[in-house]
Amino acid sequence: MSSATINRVKDQAFKYFGIACTLFGLVMLGIFIGDILGEGLKRLNWSFITSLPSYIPARAGIYTPLMGTAWVLLTTAVIAIPLGVAAGIYLEEYGRKNRFARIIEINITNLAGVPSIIYGLLGLEIFVRVFHFGESILSGSLTLALLILPIIIVTTRESIKAVPKSIREASFGLGASKWQTIRRQVMPASAGGIATGTILALSRAIGETAPLIVIGALAYVPFAPKTPLDQFSVLPMQIFNWVSRPQKGFIINSAAAIIVLLAITFIMNGIAVYLRYRWQRKVRM
Amino acid sequence: MSTHYKLETLNVNVYYGPKKVLTEVTVGIREKAITAFIGPSGCGKSTFLRLFNRMNDYIDGFRKEGDVLIDGKDIYNNRTRVEELRKDVGMVFQKPNPFPKTIFENVVYGLRIQGIKSRRALREAAERALKRAALWDEVKDDLKKSALALSGGQQQRLCIARALAVEPSIILMDEPASALDPISTAKIEELMYELKNDYTIVIVTHNMQQAGRVSDMTAFFYLGELVEYDNTKTMFTNPKDERTQNYITGRFG
Repeated sequence: MSSATINRVKDQAFKYFGIACTLFGLVMLGIFIGDILGEGLKRLNWSFITSLPSYIPARAGIYTPLMGTAWVLLTTAVIAIPLGVAAGIYLEEYGRKNRFARIIEINITNLAGVPSIIYGLLGLEIFVRVFHFGESILSGSLTLALLILPIIIVTTRESIKAVPKSIREASFGLGASKWQTIRRQVMPASAGGIATGTILALSRAIGETAPLIVIGALAYVPFAPKTPLDQFSVLPMQIFNWVSRPQKGFIINSAAAIIVLLAITFIMNGIAVYLRYRWQRKVRM
Repeated sequence: MSTHYKLETLNVNVYYGPKKVLTEVTVGIREKAITAFIGPSGCGKSTFLRLFNRMNDYIDGFRKEGDVLIDGKDIYNNRTRVEELRKDVGMVFQKPNPFPKTIFENVVYGLRIQGIKSRRALREAAERALKRAALWDEVKDDLKKSALALSGGQQQRLCIARALAVEPSIILMDEPASALDPISTAKIEELMYELKNDYTIVIVTHNMQQAGRVSDMTAFFYLGELVEYDNTKTMFTNPKDERTQNYITGRFG
């Protein structure tokens, strides 16, 4: 065989190997989703979503953990977005580029890789015990906010970096101050990227269970929370709780709850993808 | 110290970190005339241009010695407000850099920055600036359209209009036509010629013919030094320095 033929064969072989690798993940996900849908769909109806917890699987619903997830999502967003975006702007626009800045930068990137249960321990010590926020939504949200803060900071910085230097120069050249330039040019141009990254970070946060278990979120709460200082449960905890029960009915319930959780995540990711698409079009125009 | 010159530098040295990029540059630039800075890439002409609106301030490691004066006043002392300075010293960049906004919003950006809100004042200023930049007839019906939809040459004239709207007395141009086709370049040059009746224009250019066509005075920079500074005619017909002669006859650069 000539070397050209061998190279062609190698080329083809790699192509099929690549297809197989790509399919592996997709097929697994497909099997999982198919399994979940098969089991959970028949249980999924309006009363499942609006019912309070119960000992009887057929009567139990996800109202309290769903509301808990909604509360946690909102409070985490309210805490993490301003902090993360402001920190990102500061580091990128105002912070000096010296050795100290580089150390901070590396540490923030590293923080994004710290296991979430460590954040749970941090939250337990600081928010639950030192600040006496108790085992509340506030403690949980503050903990999750810390968890996703590095992601938001990094996304903000990347998005700001992507704003062309020529736009800043044009703004400065017309007599704009630094803040005016950030406010009127840099922020609008990077908002799409920041929003995309932030939504992805939040959708990670609502799937987190470990740190919330550590700070003492409950698997069973009788009523939906009314204030950020109330005790709470979240969907992943409810799922975890139901999965560990022996009755078949609760397993079906957990499959239905997984569908709801997945739907929320998919919707959020879909919004992120849409924003990214629209933002790219706007920048190119 | 003479106040005869609009722009003036005295023994200016500029460093980027340990690297010296300009050495002992002393120059006086006449009001309402076009002065061209020429020289090979990396000779420091752009850096020198950007001294006059303090655009180098953002570069890490930038350091300057000597005086830079506008109307006889030092613009690097502590009392100078950079934002105020840049209202008087407009700048046009190498690549057209309109904001991703409408044509109208581009032109009035500098005025909005100053807090001007009156619709009428903004409209009038936009029309005036666009007319001065010879762009009005082409865009008057499309003011609400994105500036990014304009051609490169139109974008550059929009950038000039945007600078004019703030009513500066000086316009710095950093190779304003180097990214444009010959027809657009001719329009920009024509425009510069008109504008010099009211503005002091300083242009950095790679293009010797351009310097010869538009400028009244020419300064030749080489390796961070001002080699020669003279009337453009004199410089191009009878350069005194051998390096200038070699450069303008195309022997290097």
